[in-house]
Amino acid sequence: MRHIISLLMENEAGALSRVAGLFSARGYNIESLTVAPTEDPTLSRMTLVTTGSDEIVEQITKQLNKLIDIVKLADLTEGEHLERELMLIKVVANTAEQREEVKRMTDIFRGRVIDVTDAMFTIEITGDGNKLDAFIEAMQQSDILETVRSGTTGISRGSRCLHI
Amino acid sequence: MRSYNPTVKGHPGQIKRALDLIVAARRPMIYTGGGVILSEASEELTELTKTLGYPITNTLMGLGAYPGTDKQFVGMLGMHGTYEANMGMHECDVLLAIGARFDDRVTGDVKQFCPNAKIVHIDIDPASISKTVRVDIPIVGDIKAVLTDMLKELKSQKKNIDSKAIASWWKQIDKWRSADCLRYDRNSGLIKPQFVVEKLCEVTGGDAFVTSDVGQHQMFAAQFYNFNKPRRWINSGGLGTMGFGMPAALGVQVAYPDAPVACITGESSIQMCIQELGLAQQYHLPIKVINLNNSYMGMVRQWQEFFYEKRYSQSHMEVQPDFVKLAEAYGHVGMRIDKPADVEGALKEAFAMKDKLVFLDFVTDEKENVYPMIAAGKGQHEMHMAPEWELI
Repeated sequence: MRHIISLLMENEAGALSRVAGLFSARGYNIESLTVAPTEDPTLSRMTLVTTGSDEIVEQITKQLNKLIDIVKLADLTEGEHLERELMLIKVVANTAEQREEVKRMTDIFRGRVIDVTDAMFTIEITGDGNKLDAFIEAMQQSDILETVRSGTTGISRGSRCLHI
Repeated sequence: MRSYNPTVKGHPGQIKRALDLIVAARRPMIYTGGGVILSEASEELTELTKTLGYPITNTLMGLGAYPGTDKQFVGMLGMHGTYEANMGMHECDVLLAIGARFDDRVTGDVKQFCPNAKIVHIDIDPASISKTVRVDIPIVGDIKAVLTDMLKELKSQKKNIDSKAIASWWKQIDKWRSADCLRYDRNSGLIKPQFVVEKLCEVTGGDAFVTSDVGQHQMFAAQFYNFNKPRRWINSGGLGTMGFGMPAALGVQVAYPDAPVACITGESSIQMCIQELGLAQQYHLPIKVINLNNSYMGMVRQWQEFFYEKRYSQSHMEVQPDFVKLAEAYGHVGMRIDKPADVEGALKEAFAMKDKLVFLDFVTDEKENVYPMIAAGKGQHEMHMAPEWELI
């Protein structure tokens, strides 16, 4: 089962490597991982997507909790939650027809064209992972020059909050 | 520290549920580890065990948490644990695990671990609960606090232990115990490592601080030195650190300058940190080094004998220093003992030299193995016994 684990951790050098070290030492799987400081500059928020049986995910959360760098964590997939991922994608757009088509597709997926040359578009698009996959699917594979994805971030629905 | 908020007090509901199970047990077993010692909970553990009247076994790290000479103590469990401890684990119907982590050296094959038991597990670390073995009633909390609450609850409860069932359980355990699984050949004419540890225990009144390295000598120390108090047995446990024993002994001696401190070691382990003989001289730390010298990395040799068709490889210590001269070179006293009859005298002489580090080089039987043994990945009831041993 896929789980999204959200962590508040000390915004300090070495904190990320401890988390990564724990996953590699114990052979846990990391699908994606994003991290950035929060409104409190002493804290970073990490969102980690992992897969495993209930027993394994239980161990992952317990082991993460044991790390001194980790202040608090929650498994977002245990409740209602929102998840988003950002993708930047560069596609070939040579001909008028091609430019029209890419623009139209971008609008359908509610993305934005954020950079243009006479030969290509760079598109910004957000959504859950499936939506981004669908957009890639919708592009001509040979037209894709480059993609970059942020990895999933998430937050719980309603008034439930992860804060200290 | 904002990220460190351990649960100290055990959940009262869980404690009650655990006690219901424990009191109703017909074949109970108490299995405790190093956590009891870290939590300074020996007294509470001893009181609880005596109140219940149940058999208790300790892990390697837990030795001394319960008096080793008490009749309710069935010895260490696990790979080199006693027959009665391991059979008791295998046959028990309720297991009370306290401050122990279900290490592979204890469980053997986890699928066959305590197959008939409901398990209660007390531990301060939630990550230890149900890590390798599914636990029925977990209690997260500091052991001292939980055991104190448990004792209070037990005394206020009116429920009775099924004394008839417990008596017949003890009968079964005593039958296993009468097999005398730690027996060894006392008439070989060679110094047996077990004999040295036994004599060391006698000479020091079972009250020395004992450190060890890793290997056969460590297991013999655990099996034959009866630790009656916590924090008397210092070894690196699951970290498996050869070379740990002498530096640890020096540290103990710094903390307790007048206490007898023995480092039980082997000729291979001691050479990992032999240079610390210099430190011992520098700080005048009069530890006693008990070198069980069988000219082999004994545990490696034992595995090669059992599991690799006696293809001994890199386990023979063909070249060794003259340990007596080496000790003397550092300004210490060295002794070499090669006859069983001299063992006791040498130990007495060494411990009488209160201001000197004495290096006792015991020439022991090269072929001695540690028994009983559960091969890695086997069930607790599948013990390998000494050749002369007969099942009762």
